[in-house]
Amino acid sequence: MLVLIDKLPLSDWVNSFVNWLTQFTGFFNGITNFIGGIVNGFQWLFDLLPVWLFIVIVLGITYYATRHGKKWSLLLFELIGLLLIWNLDYWRDMTQTLTLVLTSSLIALVIGIPLGILMAKNHTFEAIMKPILDFMQTMPAFVYLIPAVAFFGIGMVPGVISSVIFAMPPTVRMTNLGIRQVPVELIEAADSYGSTSWQKLFKVQLPLAKSTLMAGVNQSMMLSLSMVVIASMIGALGLGTQVYFAVGRNNAGNGFTAGLSIVILAIILDRITQAFNRSKRG
Amino acid sequence: MVKKVEVKNLTKIYGKRGPRVKELIEQGKSKAEILEETGATVGVNQANFEVNEGEIFVIMGLSGSGKSTLIRMINRLIEPTRGTILIDNQDLMGLDKKGLREVRRQKMSMIFQNFALFPNRTILENTAYGLEIKGITKAVREQKAHEALELVGLHGYDDQFPSQLSGGMQQRVGLARGLANDAEILLMDEAFSALDPLNRKDMQDELLDLQAKMHKTIIFISHDLNEALRIGDRIMIMKDGVVVQTGTPEDILTHPADDYVKRFIEDVDRTRVLTVANVMIRPNTVNIDKDGPRLALRRMQENEISSVYVVDSERKFVGFADAKDVIKLIQQGSRDLKSVVQTDVPITHPDVAVNDLMDQLSSTPIPFAVLDDERQLVGIIVRGAVLGAIAGNEVTQ
Repeated sequence: MLVLIDKLPLSDWVNSFVNWLTQFTGFFNGITNFIGGIVNGFQWLFDLLPVWLFIVIVLGITYYATRHGKKWSLLLFELIGLLLIWNLDYWRDMTQTLTLVLTSSLIALVIGIPLGILMAKNHTFEAIMKPILDFMQTMPAFVYLIPAVAFFGIGMVPGVISSVIFAMPPTVRMTNLGIRQVPVELIEAADSYGSTSWQKLFKVQLPLAKSTLMAGVNQSMMLSLSMVVIASMIGALGLGTQVYFAVGRNNAGNGFTAGLSIVILAIILDRITQAFNRSKRG
Repeated sequence: MVKKVEVKNLTKIYGKRGPRVKELIEQGKSKAEILEETGATVGVNQANFEVNEGEIFVIMGLSGSGKSTLIRMINRLIEPTRGTILIDNQDLMGLDKKGLREVRRQKMSMIFQNFALFPNRTILENTAYGLEIKGITKAVREQKAHEALELVGLHGYDDQFPSQLSGGMQQRVGLARGLANDAEILLMDEAFSALDPLNRKDMQDELLDLQAKMHKTIIFISHDLNEALRIGDRIMIMKDGVVVQTGTPEDILTHPADDYVKRFIEDVDRTRVLTVANVMIRPNTVNIDKDGPRLALRRMQENEISSVYVVDSERKFVGFADAKDVIKLIQQGSRDLKSVVQTDVPITHPDVAVNDLMDQLSSTPIPFAVLDDERQLVGIIVRGAVLGAIAGNEVTQ
């Protein structure tokens, strides 16, 4: 059937849709300013902190998160890893990357958790959302850069936006899953004592879904970190930029050191969020 | 008597529910026939019953009989397909969401088979749940929850989590959660079925004690007729979604409505009947082929009784020797134990029902010898042990 007709002008349709959307400049500027504000706030804070204090704070958070099963090896790793990043002169790039990751994770959380809750409560909404989430996750991440630039220009903000789109699905999915996994009998117990929907959600469903939900948050964070290099192509600053430059200049050494810094940051973020999840369960 | 709960024509159909299903139900077709013809599953088929204030009403049936569906329709956890539920003459089916919530908060508390305690809340917080969602202040609800926990015999566990408690204790918390709410009606869904037999009996006693003080209206689901007979003021038996019989335990035992109920009751009777094997004890014996009178006397002294059973080398029963005769034998310097063995001993078989033996047991002073098919001596029956077994109901299998 498709052989008989001409090539569908699908890309033209998308283009004219994107063009049509760009007329809402005010709306997109508003978003840009809002997200830019968050980014600048984080960056201001990280620039303010001296390196030693930053390291102490990271170690302190880790110490608190792992209080139910100390891991001295992790603290040691963090100390050495962060000192190495500082030594390699990637400190500011690292804080920029952290800003991008924290901002996009935060937004993914704020949007993703309510969406997950809605999905758990409404079968129709779940049926609609599932293919959309699949689409968001499997569409090559590069593609998001194009409209992101069209709407939000270049810099950190479009980087954050494309990271959010790419990184949000695990949070949504795991929130949905976590709530649906709450045993039927506990839901019946909550209902039989006359709980309202909100009471049931906040007193029973969310507390019991917490560890699954946190696993989703952890995954979202890791995915947004994986967007760092891609987002550098549209001017999001950070370690990704260093990798991108190294590729352009065919400099394997710089590529390795910048890449290693990303790995160190990823491990630190992953272990801390996982430790929080564990400590809350126990 | 005041009717607390009244259920009329309550029906639940799962799956397709066209007009044809309704027709078939009204024609009195069975669950299997309706499934065959329409593909719809009838959970509960036009149940009618009333529960009086202050009584324990046991709904009993095997799995698939619709009893769990029925109890969940009473507080509309499961939405009935048709029928009426009156609580204090208020029609539950006419209520909107808000009204239903009020009824659940004020009038009914449910207790679940697998306890359904919230794992993230402490025992005290679990117990206070019903009060918390009613918006009662923390101090008051914790006070009430604490009292409820004391009532069910749980001291000092307030700040523990459910996973730290045994099954029996967890169900006490479930019961306390129901009582703390001050609801007049308790819906208990196989509340004691997940407990081991000893714990179950404890909880049944506990429930009866509490009921004597609190006079709740209790609807109790069970698949165990012994439990139903123990705690129920009235019992309703269900099969395939249909109510088969409703009555007092006495009614049901004496006038079973049909063969289905009769079979249930026979099950109960079988467990109540004690056989000789259940109450016999191990005898002390001497071997006639090798033991002499001195050893026989020694055995009697050891056991502080004045007689001993005599067997041969294959443990086949020979008879019974009395202390007086054995002593006489020793004084005479004879070693011939055979000469004093008495053989006119009452004999019975392990499978004989104790009931059939009672008359003889009370008229014979000598213990019964229990012989198996090979005439080997497997035990003896002493009057004291039989009475003990009957009084204590503890039967060794």
